Amino acid sequence: MTFGEKIYIPAILKGLSITVGHIFKKKATVSYPEEKRPFSPVFRGLHVLNRDEEGRERCTACGLCALACPAEAITMEGAERKAGEENLYREEKYAAKYEINMLRCIFCGLCEEACPKDAVYLTETVMPANFSRRSFIYKKEDLLIPHPKKQDDSK
Amino acid sequence: MLLMQIDWFFIIEKIVLITVILLISLGMAAYATWGERKVAAIMQDRIGPARAGIFGLLQPLADGLKLFFKEEIIPQSSTKIIFVLGPALFMITALMTSAVIPWGPSFEIAGRTVSLQVADINIGVLFIFGVVSLGVYGIMLGGWSSNNKYSLLSSVRAASQAISYELAMGISLIALLMVTGSLSLREIVEQQHGFWNNGWFTWHFFTQPLGFFIFVVCSFAELNRAPFDLPEAESELNMGYHLEYSSMKLGLFLFAEYINMFISSAIMATLFFGGYNYPGMDWVAANVPEWLFVLSCVTVLMIKIVAFILFFMFVRWTLPRFRYDQLMKLGWKSLIPLALVNMLITGGVILWMMS
Repeated sequence: MTFGEKIYIPAILKGLSITVGHIFKKKATVSYPEEKRPFSPVFRGLHVLNRDEEGRERCTACGLCALACPAEAITMEGAERKAGEENLYREEKYAAKYEINMLRCIFCGLCEEACPKDAVYLTETVMPANFSRRSFIYKKEDLLIPHPKKQDDSK
Repeated sequence: MLLMQIDWFFIIEKIVLITVILLISLGMAAYATWGERKVAAIMQDRIGPARAGIFGLLQPLADGLKLFFKEEIIPQSSTKIIFVLGPALFMITALMTSAVIPWGPSFEIAGRTVSLQVADINIGVLFIFGVVSLGVYGIMLGGWSSNNKYSLLSSVRAASQAISYELAMGISLIALLMVTGSLSLREIVEQQHGFWNNGWFTWHFFTQPLGFFIFVVCSFAELNRAPFDLPEAESELNMGYHLEYSSMKLGLFLFAEYINMFISSAIMATLFFGGYNYPGMDWVAANVPEWLFVLSCVTVLMIKIVAFILFFMFVRWTLPRFRYDQLMKLGWKSLIPLALVNMLITGGVILWMMS
């Protein structure tokens, strides 16, 4: 080793110059919740069940999303549309019960890709925390988006 | 009649001075923990504590309260008296050294001279050295009384590191003593008056550069700070001499380490960097009221201490840790010969200048 290497001092000074140089660089911290990191437009967050332009539910309880789900998080029960419910549901079959177990869901988006009616869609909302396991099973009422004509104020 | 013969002004003045110095030491040590985390963060491209109060300034308070609220565990098979005594001794010796440091020049109040130094003994440097050596007892007692072989091993390593580097520190101080001719800290500071005198700098940093370098390296080792923080790292990693401690006793160990850092910085500033002197102080003394001049001197000393503390922190977050055998080799085989050579050179130069 050279004399400079043996006494270790030049190496110390070089190291100090690097660390002191880092003081003046931009910091990588994001002060959440004042600043938030931007999400990409295809971010896979919480599920919603869509409606069409007239406010009728798109979901027909075909079960393709439940079949495609690798975590088996979706369950549903179908029901037949009665005579006076034309403006509520698009087709003759609709989902009477539709539940997604958020603790099982891995947010892969395969259900969104499998749906033939463009009913399930993964939005940009991050899943909030909760206290009990039961409250993580989201029912149909939690998932359905507001009616575009009747509930305009909730936008 | 006895009451009238006691010099009340002196007692009150000393009590006020001691209280103020203790409060400042404790406050500086508490905010040194905050500063350490902030400096570490800034050097690592992140911001440190920023949520507890503005800029995280209430963070030391939160840490202290957390330590108070923890459960106080005393292991059953430990020696209880020594167990409690260990951290107490460490803390006491850390605080005792602040008694001989001159914090500012003396000034007059109501016809009496008040000196900003608690005890102006004429063996100041020796006193500091002795008290720092006593601090090693705190570590040893802490490790022994835990009744845990790993704590004992770690405390033995810490103690051996401390005593090895005390030798080199003492020898470099002998060289300084040859230059100053006095052990009293007040006289050493007064010899460093101003900044420039008769063609050479007055501060001992310029008359004893090698001595200063050795003293700094030995201070790092005495304070158990990186790159010599083998005892500290062992406690964070697996076992260490403060493994069995919880709540406020652990708090005392950790806090006493920061007080030691503050006091070491003060000693280095006093011995080598002129204490409360600064260039241009004579002009300031002639032109401003006396209390303002004293305040400026104390402020300059505090600035020097903070600069040293920052230097300690920068080095900690830059350098990797020494292995134990490398540490011992450095202390015994490199620093002691270097300190002896420094002493010989100093003696030679003094003899040459006197002839």
